[in-house]
Amino acid sequence: MDKKEPDNKRREFLGEGWKLGLAAALGGAALSNLKCTPASGKTETLMTTDGQMVEVDTGQVEEMHHMEPGHNVRKGIPGRKFVMVIDLAKCENALACQRSCNKHHFVTGDNAWLKIYNMQDSPDAPPYWMPTLCMHCDKPACVTVCPVDATFKREDGLVLIDNDRCIGCRFCMAACPYSTRVFNWNEPKQEFEMDIDMVHAMHSPEHAGMPSVKGTVDKCDFCPHQAVKGELPHCVTACPNGVFYFGDKNEDTVTNGDETVRLSELLEKKAGYRLFEDLGTDPSVYYLPPKDRIAPFEEGLESYNEFQSVEKPEEPTAEDAQ
Amino acid sequence: MKTREQLIEDLGPRKFNRGGMVWVGFLLVLIVAGLIAYIDQLIQGQVVTNMRDYVLWGVYISNFVFFVATSFVSAIAVAALRLTNSQWRRPFVRLAEIVSLACIIMAGLTIMIDMARPDRILNLFIHARLQSPITWDVIIIPTFMAVSLLLLYFPLLPDLAILRDHYAKAKPRLRKIYGALALKWQWTEKQLRLQGRSVHLLALMIIPLGLILESIDAYLFSTTYRVGWDSSNFAPYFISGAMVAGLGALISVVYVVRRYRKLTEYITEYHFDKLGKLFNLALLVYVYFNVNEYVIPLFTSKKGESEHLETLLEGEFAPAFWAVTLVGLLLPAILTIFKRYRKPKALFTIAVIVVIGSWWKRYLIVTPTLLHPYLPIQGVPESWRHYFPSMHEWLITSATLAMALLIITLLVRYLPVISIDKLLEDQKAAVQPKTQES
Repeated sequence: MDKKEPDNKRREFLGEGWKLGLAAALGGAALSNLKCTPASGKTETLMTTDGQMVEVDTGQVEEMHHMEPGHNVRKGIPGRKFVMVIDLAKCENALACQRSCNKHHFVTGDNAWLKIYNMQDSPDAPPYWMPTLCMHCDKPACVTVCPVDATFKREDGLVLIDNDRCIGCRFCMAACPYSTRVFNWNEPKQEFEMDIDMVHAMHSPEHAGMPSVKGTVDKCDFCPHQAVKGELPHCVTACPNGVFYFGDKNEDTVTNGDETVRLSELLEKKAGYRLFEDLGTDPSVYYLPPKDRIAPFEEGLESYNEFQSVEKPEEPTAEDAQ
Repeated sequence: MKTREQLIEDLGPRKFNRGGMVWVGFLLVLIVAGLIAYIDQLIQGQVVTNMRDYVLWGVYISNFVFFVATSFVSAIAVAALRLTNSQWRRPFVRLAEIVSLACIIMAGLTIMIDMARPDRILNLFIHARLQSPITWDVIIIPTFMAVSLLLLYFPLLPDLAILRDHYAKAKPRLRKIYGALALKWQWTEKQLRLQGRSVHLLALMIIPLGLILESIDAYLFSTTYRVGWDSSNFAPYFISGAMVAGLGALISVVYVVRRYRKLTEYITEYHFDKLGKLFNLALLVYVYFNVNEYVIPLFTSKKGESEHLETLLEGEFAPAFWAVTLVGLLLPAILTIFKRYRKPKALFTIAVIVVIGSWWKRYLIVTPTLLHPYLPIQGVPESWRHYFPSMHEWLITSATLAMALLIITLLVRYLPVISIDKLLEDQKAAVQPKTQES
C-alpha cells in the first residue's frame, strides 16, 4: 500500500498539472525566442512555477544556451576523442564519485552507473578498489547489437543512448561485458529542482538521466554536458583523491582537476592497461595498477556495501519541497 | 474402404463435446489471466517481473526460444519427409503444419512481451539496423510465419472444396465460409498442377528458412561475449534441439487428437513407430550436441566458464539441469531405440516429458549465463543474484502456452485433421493400382 502513495501523487500531478505544463511550455518557447538584453524596459508576462502570472523585464530572462549544443548530438564534438584514466593506487572507496554521479544524473534505481568493485585477481594477490563506468569502447558490443540505433558511437569517442528511441529489448545489456548498463524497470522516481518542462526541454542523450525514461536503458555518458561547458565530469571533480583523469586523446592530455598530464606518459610511467583487453572492445577508459597505494585497502571496507550503490533518500519531509 | 461421407464424418470439422468445451474454457481462463497480468506490466513497467539488471532476460525469452524451436517441426515432419517421399507422413503432416504455425505465431507475440516499450515497435522498421540479430529476427519470423501459413493453406484447398460441397445444402453458412476459403477449387488440371508446384516450392523453402530461423535464435545469444552463450556450437545445437522440441510437440498433439477424435484407424501404431524412430534420431543428435556443449568445454574452460558449468553440474541449477538432461533427453534417447517404447501410449508419455524438458532446457540456457557476468555482481540488492519468474511472468507465460494450444485446438476443430482429398486419391489408386506407386 505504501508503494501506491507516490504513484497517486504523480497521477494527480498528471491530471492537474498538464494545463500548467502547457502554459509553461508555451512560455518557455516564447522565452527561447527572446534576445538577452539587460534591462530592456520591455516586459513579458510569465507564469511562475506556482501558477502566478508575473510581469518580468526581458533583461532578467536568461537565454537557454544549452538547448542547442552547437554540434550534432549523434556525431559528437568535432576534433575531440575523450578518454579517462583511473588510478587504482589512489582509490580508497570514498564513494564521492558515485554519490556525485548519482546526484547529477538523478540515478534513483538500485544500480549505480559508476560502481566501485571490491576486486581480487587471484587468491594471493591483495584486494583493491576498482571504480568502473561505461568504457565508451571504440568497438562497442552494445552498439553492434542494438536493433534501432538507439545506442550509438560518436566520433568523439562517446557511446550514448537515445532514450526516445530505445525499445527496451535489453540486448545491449546482454552484450556489454562490463555490466555497465542499467534498466528503468519502472517509472523512475526522480525529483528535479527545476521545472519538469525545463527538464524535458533539456532532455538529450548528452545528459543521461535527465530525465530517465521508463522501459529504456541508462548508463554513464562521460558527461558531454560538462565538456561543452569546459568542465570535467562529475565523478572527476568529486573524487577527493584525484583518482579520475579525464581528457582528450587527440591532445594527449588528461587532468584530474589538480594536475594535468600527458596521457601517453602517464600510461607509460604507470603501466596503464584496459579492462578485458583481450575481448577486443577497445575501451576509452584506462587503468593504472594499484601499486604504492595511498591508503590500505581495509579503510575502504567501512564505506563498502556489497548490496547498495545508490543511497535511498530519507523519507521526504515537507521542508524538502522547496 | 471408406466412403467420402464417412471420411468427412471422421476427419472433418466437429463440434466440441463436453470435454472439448471444458478444455477451451480452461485455456481461455489462462489467457484472460495472462492478459490482465500483461496489461498490469504495461502500466507498471517490467518491474513486475523478477528480471533485473543482471538477469535482464528471463522466462519470456526462454519461452520465446521454446516456441521458435517447436515451430521447426514443419521443416522436418512436413518438408523433409515430403522431399524424401516418405508416405507414412500423411496422417500427421497437417497436424505438424498446424503446430508449426501456432508456435511461430506465438514466438512473434512472446518476443514482444519482453519488449519494455512495445509502443515503439515501429522503430524496428523505421530505424532498423541490419547488423543486429534482432533485425534478422524481425525479417525471418514473419517470413517463416507466412510460409508456414501457406504450407498449411495450399494443401488444404481440395479439402476445403470437399467441405464446401458437403455443406452445400445442409449448412449454407458453412458452405459460404469454406467456399470462400477454397478459392474456387475444382480439381482442374491447371489448379492441380499449380497447387502441386506451389506446395513443393514451399516445402523446399521451409527447410532453409527453418534452419535460418533456429540459427538466428542462437545468434541472439552467441553474438554476445557472455560465458555459456559465446559458442560456435550454438546454431547447430539450437537446430538439433528444435528437432527434438518440435517432434516431441507433434507426437503429443498427434496422440491427443487421435484419441479425442478416435482416429486409431487412420493413425496407426505403424505411424507412431515411424515417428518414434525419427524422434529417436533427433534425440541422439541432440545428445551429441549436448556433449559438445557441456562435456568437451570442461577440458579447456576458462575460469568464468568453469564457474558457469559448475553451477549447472553441481550448483544452484544442478537439479534442473540433471532432470532436463537425464529424464528429458538421455533416457528418452535410449528408450525410443526399443520398439515397445515407440508404441503410441509409451511414445506419447516420452514425448510429453521431452517437451517439458525442452521448455526448461531453454530456461537453463538463458538464465544461468546471465548470473555469471565478467565483473562480480556487486552494489545491487542481494535478490538480484538469483532469478525465478514472478507471478506476472508465470501468468503471462502460461497464457502464451495456452494461446498456442488454443490455436491448435481451433484449427483441429475447424479443419480436416488428415487430408480427405489425399485419402480419397489413395483409395482410388488402390482400386486401380498404378505401377509407379511404390
